[in-house]
Amino acid sequence: MSGYSFLIDTTRCTACRGCQAACKQWNQNPAMATTQQGSYQNPPDLNANTFKLVRFSEESVPGKDPKTFFFPDQCRHCVYPMCKLVADKKAPGSIVIDPRTRAVIFNPEVKMSAQTFKEIREICPFDIPRYDENTSGMNKCTMCNDRVREGLQPACVQACPTGAMSFGDRKDIVKQARGRLAEVRRTDRKAALVDPEAVRVIYLVTDHPEKYHEFASAKPLTGMTRMAAIKGILGGLAAYLGLS
Amino acid sequence: MTNHWIDLKNADVILVMGANPAANHPISMKWVTRAQERGSKLICVDPRFTQTASKADLYAPIRSGTDIAFLGGLIHYLISNDLIFRDYVVEYTDAPFLVHPDFKMPGDLGGVFSGYSDETSKYDRKTWAFQVDEKGVPRRDPTLRAPNCVFQLLKKHYSRYTIDKVVDITGTPKEKVLAVYEAIASTHKPDRVATVCYAMGWTQHTVGVQNIRAFSIVQLLLGNMGMAGGGVNALRGEGNVQGSTDHGLLFHILTGYLPSPVASMDSLKDYITKLTPRTSEPRSVNWWGNRGKYITSYLKAVYGEKATKENDYGYAWIPKVDDGMKASWLAIFAKMYLGSFDGFFCWGMNPANSSAGAGKVREALGKLKWMVAVDMFDHETASFWRGPGVNPKDIKTEVFLLPACSSVEKEGSISNSGRVAQWRYKAIEPIGQSKSDADILNELHFRVKSLYLKGGGKFADPIVNLTWDYGEKDASGKVKHLDVQKVAGEINGYYTEDVYDQTANPPKLVGKRGDLVTNFVSLRDDGTTSSGNWLYCGSLAQKDGKIVNQMERRGKEDATGLGLYPNWAWAWPVNRRVIYNRASVDPNGNPWDPKRAVLKWNAALNDAGKPIGWQGDIPDGPAPPLATEKEGKLPFIMKPLGVGSMFGPGLGDGPLPEHYEPMESPVPANLMSKKYRVNPTIPFEKFQAQAKDPSFLFSSDFKKYPYVGTTYRLAEHWQSGSMTRPVAWLLEMQPQMFVEMDPDLAAQKGIRNGDMVTVITARGQLSCPALVTVRLQPMMVQGKKIHVIGMPWHFGWQHPADGSGGDSVNLLVPFVGDPNALIPESKAFLVNLVKTAEKRTPTPPKKALQGREG
Repeated sequence: MSGYSFLIDTTRCTACRGCQAACKQWNQNPAMATTQQGSYQNPPDLNANTFKLVRFSEESVPGKDPKTFFFPDQCRHCVYPMCKLVADKKAPGSIVIDPRTRAVIFNPEVKMSAQTFKEIREICPFDIPRYDENTSGMNKCTMCNDRVREGLQPACVQACPTGAMSFGDRKDIVKQARGRLAEVRRTDRKAALVDPEAVRVIYLVTDHPEKYHEFASAKPLTGMTRMAAIKGILGGLAAYLGLS
Repeated sequence: MTNHWIDLKNADVILVMGANPAANHPISMKWVTRAQERGSKLICVDPRFTQTASKADLYAPIRSGTDIAFLGGLIHYLISNDLIFRDYVVEYTDAPFLVHPDFKMPGDLGGVFSGYSDETSKYDRKTWAFQVDEKGVPRRDPTLRAPNCVFQLLKKHYSRYTIDKVVDITGTPKEKVLAVYEAIASTHKPDRVATVCYAMGWTQHTVGVQNIRAFSIVQLLLGNMGMAGGGVNALRGEGNVQGSTDHGLLFHILTGYLPSPVASMDSLKDYITKLTPRTSEPRSVNWWGNRGKYITSYLKAVYGEKATKENDYGYAWIPKVDDGMKASWLAIFAKMYLGSFDGFFCWGMNPANSSAGAGKVREALGKLKWMVAVDMFDHETASFWRGPGVNPKDIKTEVFLLPACSSVEKEGSISNSGRVAQWRYKAIEPIGQSKSDADILNELHFRVKSLYLKGGGKFADPIVNLTWDYGEKDASGKVKHLDVQKVAGEINGYYTEDVYDQTANPPKLVGKRGDLVTNFVSLRDDGTTSSGNWLYCGSLAQKDGKIVNQMERRGKEDATGLGLYPNWAWAWPVNRRVIYNRASVDPNGNPWDPKRAVLKWNAALNDAGKPIGWQGDIPDGPAPPLATEKEGKLPFIMKPLGVGSMFGPGLGDGPLPEHYEPMESPVPANLMSKKYRVNPTIPFEKFQAQAKDPSFLFSSDFKKYPYVGTTYRLAEHWQSGSMTRPVAWLLEMQPQMFVEMDPDLAAQKGIRNGDMVTVITARGQLSCPALVTVRLQPMMVQGKKIHVIGMPWHFGWQHPADGSGGDSVNLLVPFVGDPNALIPESKAFLVNLVKTAEKRTPTPPKKALQGREG
């Protein structure tokens, strides 16, 4: 019952974006009209038709080579997904968990108000959920649950040329992540796994996660809607723990 | 590639220079990453901090167009610090050979080698010859001390490339240069090896050929040629471009790199006599000595029964190039611009976007009477008549567009950069009315041939006598559907007569008429064998009377552990995976590096009392190792003298690489020569005369155009973009043309990230958004701050249909090229830029495109 997990080893990511294209292709998600806004990162952000996005950022280091950070962003399929706690209360059926794979799956056909969506999005520590205004449903990475249940790798993992992405039984992936971390630490003291206990998509980074992406690591909950959401969760959490 | 993709994992040092494999050859990074994870070093030398640079252990910026200065300094470093593999250099290279006593170098003559004429801009190469003994064998000094031996000449020539000069020319910081030199030099030991990956960043210069020669010299000095994890590796830009040159795509070669005949060679005998290299070195295999067998078998493949001894095997029917004519890309479009020909088949290419000087190319297309474009999609070339600034009413060219199917809709072979020919299967039938290139050609051949047969015409023989046994024919005699397995058979070759070994008594049948030839050793010059391409002999095999296509093999055995995978598909020549592999062993046949043994000579005797022989990869020729008495052979079997050439007397622009500034250079002086600022053998007068408009070609006015421009590819698009821009998912990631620049230049020009700018060169201008990035940094060159700006070349006006993609960067690229290969100088030219508008507000994502746009 431990389900599956990913390891995304950013030390091996070359930002070829094969994963991003493969995700669109497998899900047959349409492209949007974009423009060059001064970055390779495009579309500029995740959206209801973009479940996987390679984020680009760079840093100038005086007297040294510049640094570039590539971050193939996607839903973390949290071990205890907070989004589901809110959704169960506010938009029942919009989020389900596959008991076999433990994929956290959005049902885009469950309609919800923009406000409800906002609460779900803001409870997500990784800012993943996206809303489709045309359908009033939410969408995001499915863990390629349809492929995985048929014994295939997720489309992004299969497309990766360098082995930056691995997918498998959670215990194997966690072990692999720790092993790989030990290897990378030998040359890079700053190397770390991001929130490995809490998520099913474990990133290996070699610098502060914020340098890769604002939401690379779990963001603490702040702000009014977040506070409201937390209240919402408390009810949900109580239910989750069987207290009510 | 001398080696192959997987072999990158065997290297201790991987130099990427003039390439960006992380973006342009993504899968190669799998093997680079493997090497790095066992402790190897990846070095990236590039004007930009590329995606490859971001993965490198060592990055060094370089001013575009100064690679020879960088590598010349490396040669100086290796020799002056004695960091060379001396045994290898003495035994396997031309380093000990003595050169003509009158030979002089740029250090002596102010920038040119002996024999240069300012009048003709050409060299008389008389003094570049080796001194020979009475038998014609080059005189050699194995101590490498004779002042006129190649090694001492190298030492003297590159002693001018001091570290300070290198830094002043290239703009690379001194400590970076030295760090790169040190890492590469570490592989001079037998158990360390370096490889190099290069692409258009080395070739697209007016010194393109010499850029590659410079590193070939380095690899020979270090003993890295022929080794697993070594070699000189061109990362080819298209999945089958290796196959296309193997099969004679270029103007100067037929298939298998046989030279194209020229008009003055009026008989086959003359061709063979003039073009077959001879050797006086008894230990040299001189493989090209077989040229007569290969050209004769080629003619038999092309003209079959019609090729007879009496008619010189149809030699007269093969097209000839005029003597001295360089029928290269630039020359073709210059001639087209001058109205020199009527028609043009534009097959699988988009020159209105992809060609240097694209503006002139677009004009040239309007001078044609007709053009046939064959492609998957309409593109800027096929639609040139409705392009920007063109009034369709003014265009008289009649344009036809034939729909070609894609690679997954047809069967055939594909030869990758590592020379591995793999068979691909058809996944689906061609969509709509599209056809495979082969079937389009089949239709064309039949109709043209029918016209000749019916109406006659001038010189019909080359067409009507062509063999075309490529499948079942209909009542009219047309091949219904071209069977590429039959083409593969013709390429491999057959016995056209029963062939006997006359030395046996009684003579023994070695090949029956109609059987496949086993390999190119079977080929003969008496018309009894055919082969469309000698290099591909053995790509098909005959087992128990059945034809087995070796390119279809998918065996995953790897006995050496080096990733040779000899049972996976088939590599030319004769399934050899590492070329020059005889140089990976010492003269006794023992591997220089036993941990990475590509080959090993096993002297133990077999049951027949003979040595077991070579084990490992297929050796470069079956002869025993060099030290074997009488029978031993030198390792570089394609070279007449059997050794690796550091000295290159066959080139037009000098026997050793010398730094010259790019045609358009941002600095006033060439620090290596006061008199010769640019490569003195560039035939630019010729280009100018052809284009009738000198200013179009280039401008050295660095005050007017102060910045260095360079072009490159992105991961998301392919070549001119005609196949990838119609794919909405790819267009979404890279939607339009842009120009990358450093923050310092941007601040100076008041440009912010995303602002619209216009880039201007002597050829034209182009508007696009600016991408201001720290991945580019200014460089100090001759006390001057130099900015390099970069632009991708995939975009064009025609797609996306709203014109938002911008246009081709090749509108800006000069129409001058390398004097040997005539490749245009697209990687270093002069530009200016101005800001034209503030950043546009992002387009709201209203319009969702489909997976494949309309």
